[in-house]
Amino acid sequence: MAKPTIPVPGIPCDAEGPVFREPWEAQAFAMALALHERGVFTWPEWASTLGEEIKRAQAAGDPDTGDTYYRHWLNTLERLVAQKGVADEVTLARYRDAWDHAADRTPHGAPIELRAEDFK
Amino acid sequence: MSDHDHSHDHGSELSEQQLRVRALETILVEKGYVDPQALDAIVEAYETKIGPRNGALIVAKAWADPAFKQALLKDATAAVATLGHVSPVGDHLVAVENTPRRHNMIVCTLCSCYPWEVLGLPPVWYKSAPYRSRAVKDPRGVLADFGVALPKETEIRVWDSTAETRFLVLPMRPAGTDGWTEEGLADLVTRDSMIGTGLVRTPAEIAT
Repeated sequence: MAKPTIPVPGIPCDAEGPVFREPWEAQAFAMALALHERGVFTWPEWASTLGEEIKRAQAAGDPDTGDTYYRHWLNTLERLVAQKGVADEVTLARYRDAWDHAADRTPHGAPIELRAEDFK
Repeated sequence: MSDHDHSHDHGSELSEQQLRVRALETILVEKGYVDPQALDAIVEAYETKIGPRNGALIVAKAWADPAFKQALLKDATAAVATLGHVSPVGDHLVAVENTPRRHNMIVCTLCSCYPWEVLGLPPVWYKSAPYRSRAVKDPRGVLADFGVALPKETEIRVWDSTAETRFLVLPMRPAGTDGWTEEGLADLVTRDSMIGTGLVRTPAEIAT
């Protein structure tokens, strides 16, 4: 096996840690690749927007240690989806609130599904 | 946020990120932009198939096969495509060779551009601000933090990745590996040695 990387002050280390820490990170990653493949944006557009999101988060006090990386990724995804006319911010918020409603009415442990009634 | 504050005893909870990701996915599926099965396939590939072993086999092949090495250094995109590794985002891959006189290290100062098709997804530290800023300003210090000390005469060259161009470090083949198979050689190649923040293992290190 690999020698474990020595912990470095300031630079968070991992050996060969998990690729995604939570399922939402994986879903967000895959959506960006799929939208790129559909031609919704170019990869340079993606990278420069992600770079801006990272700078913005840093300016707002994000420690930017790599742990919050997929939060920046998700912000980038929402921004480009809105910018490219796929779904505006109002629509994104409406669906987000509907999912929140669906979670509220779903007994703990049961799969959460979105229904028409979740949209107020 | 929730519009009521009674207890959630009987309901479920989704984090803010989960809510936003589900919202996006629902919209994108409804509008026909993405197919949920295709998303699952992408995730599965990165979790199980695409990782630094791909890169290790490429390095091992370059060590064992001079013609492949030449092709890799000339046009890495084309050379790795012959082995079935293609970038999902259409960037160019450049292989940079370590020699006794020059050590190469890769970084993406802007975000986290990384040669996914050969190394999988980047480690957390690669995406962190300290690495992104210090790799350029103080590469020798960063290497020291990773436990790597190079001779003073060795020049350290840092390559800043972009959306269009990504890099793969071709480390030096360790001594005492004459006649090894490519599979055996690949076992010596660590992920970090292909980023340039580590060295390959020696035959003695894997013998233990």
